[in-house]
Amino acid sequence: MVKAGSEGKAGYYLYIIPGMLGFALVVLIPLIANLAISFTTWKGGNISPRYVGFENYQRLLQDSVFWGSMQHTLLFIISMTIVPILLGLVLAAVLFDYIAAQFNETWSSFFRAGFYLPQILPLTTVGVLWTWILNPFGIINAVLRALGLDFMAKNWLGDASYALLAVSAVIVWVQVGYCLVVFMSGLARVDPSLYEAAELDNASWFGRFRSITIPMLMPEIFVVALTTLIAALKVFAPIYVLTSGGPDNATTVPSYLSYYHFFTTNRVGYAAAIATLQTVMTIVLGVLFMRMQSKQSAGGH
Amino acid sequence: MAATSSLSAPIVSADHRRKKGFGRWVVLAILLVFLAATLFPFFLAAFNAIKTAADYAANGPLAFPRSFDLTALKNFWTTVDFPRKLFNSILISACTAVLAVVLSLLNAYAIGIGRVRGGQALLVILLIAIMAPQEALVYPLYYMAKQVGLFDSMLSVIIILGVLHTAFGTYLLSSVLATFPREIIEAAQIDNATRWQILWLVIVPVLRPTLAVLATFFFIWTWNEFLIPLVFLVSNNNQTISVAMGVLSGSNTQEPTAIAAASLLGILPTVIFFLIFQRTLTRGVAAGAVK
Repeated sequence: MVKAGSEGKAGYYLYIIPGMLGFALVVLIPLIANLAISFTTWKGGNISPRYVGFENYQRLLQDSVFWGSMQHTLLFIISMTIVPILLGLVLAAVLFDYIAAQFNETWSSFFRAGFYLPQILPLTTVGVLWTWILNPFGIINAVLRALGLDFMAKNWLGDASYALLAVSAVIVWVQVGYCLVVFMSGLARVDPSLYEAAELDNASWFGRFRSITIPMLMPEIFVVALTTLIAALKVFAPIYVLTSGGPDNATTVPSYLSYYHFFTTNRVGYAAAIATLQTVMTIVLGVLFMRMQSKQSAGGH
Repeated sequence: MAATSSLSAPIVSADHRRKKGFGRWVVLAILLVFLAATLFPFFLAAFNAIKTAADYAANGPLAFPRSFDLTALKNFWTTVDFPRKLFNSILISACTAVLAVVLSLLNAYAIGIGRVRGGQALLVILLIAIMAPQEALVYPLYYMAKQVGLFDSMLSVIIILGVLHTAFGTYLLSSVLATFPREIIEAAQIDNATRWQILWLVIVPVLRPTLAVLATFFFIWTWNEFLIPLVFLVSNNNQTISVAMGVLSGSNTQEPTAIAAASLLGILPTVIFFLIFQRTLTRGVAAGAVK
């Protein structure tokens, strides 16, 4: 019996082989190859790469465009993680604790579905739509002119001082729905008697929000923060479709920069260095964040 | 204390459940305005896609359409060969979803049910696949695909995205299967079922709802995927809707009604999909978050 059991265990390895082969082929080998390429100068194609040591990294640290792209990433963490989480929390609490109670569940799920809709569009479609809305002769400016606010009409995506703001706004529009849906499903498992007890104590809506909703949603907030943080560090498609990193690199991000050098300038080694740094940064931040989460949940209970 | 609150609770709670007259309508109105603002771009696309260019020029983008004209939609439909793109998107998304679900299931079976040694370490390594930016993989993959003749082929995109999605699927299914009742499996073993039979005849039927949610998610993620299809699918005949839209957004010279038509056609498949699978999707986001 025992023997059969241990044989049985070994047999399960067969099931993991296809997945691991795929993982090695698609993730592990390319990741290592990318690291190796980052120590070379290479134009791509059949001319072999030439080893240059840390030269790409040294140049990268002096590249102001790269440092700019890192700053933009910080801003996109705000517009992709922080703002959508805050808006999502408030909306989820209002829908769950107010609309569902004062009206009915149909209304709250109707709102939830509506706010979620932008989240599932292909980002490139979002790009086509919003470039049209934000262009100098687009919708936003037409609305502003109709309201007599001509001076506020701007070239939103083409002016370096507004482009970042405009892209951030589009990202918020896309991301709120995701936070909302996760938070509302988290609220569904909160014991309703908690809210009733709070109402007995005459707690205001804001009081309930602060002392019940947010603490109860901590696990969801962590998950959403982690996933959107990783997404913010990788943001690519919105930049590609809305601004191509411009004007004058005002909106470029590491992902776009490495794509640009890989496939447009053919500075493959340099691009690989950017991608490698970005990978290290993402994994370090991700692991730190998960550590924090496990400490928090271990300390909390 | 407990007794008093449980005594008084029903009375007071019935009291507070009495709908509060005016204030609640204000909150509802505010929310409706927010929702209208959120969905405004969708309406804009729909309104302007069916206008004539002259109507747009005369009355602007905000006016309700006074003309009904499908020329812009028809033009976009034929110039980008939309049916072909739609077919490619469906084919790639469906194949990727199936591949990723099967791979996830096999991995999770070994980790969650088989409890293979190193299973937990494997899960940690799979995290890399979730966290690594695709930029760090794309060039070596591009080079490899060119070497083996899989460049500009939908198969390469299906394999790459299938494996990448598998990381998340393995996570989710492993934790689900770790709590799968052992008695059921042991009963099957006593009946001399092989491991393969147990997987397909015992576990898959129980997991079917979870697998459906997972497949729906993989489908949508693949549909919206951009970088990998952009790099790998260079010829017009292989491109997906997402790539076609990305290429289009670079060219800002078009007629506004043409852009509206393009947006509308880009939105429609996803919205239709959303309306069909709305419940699955919103439930699935929740399932993914809890684990």
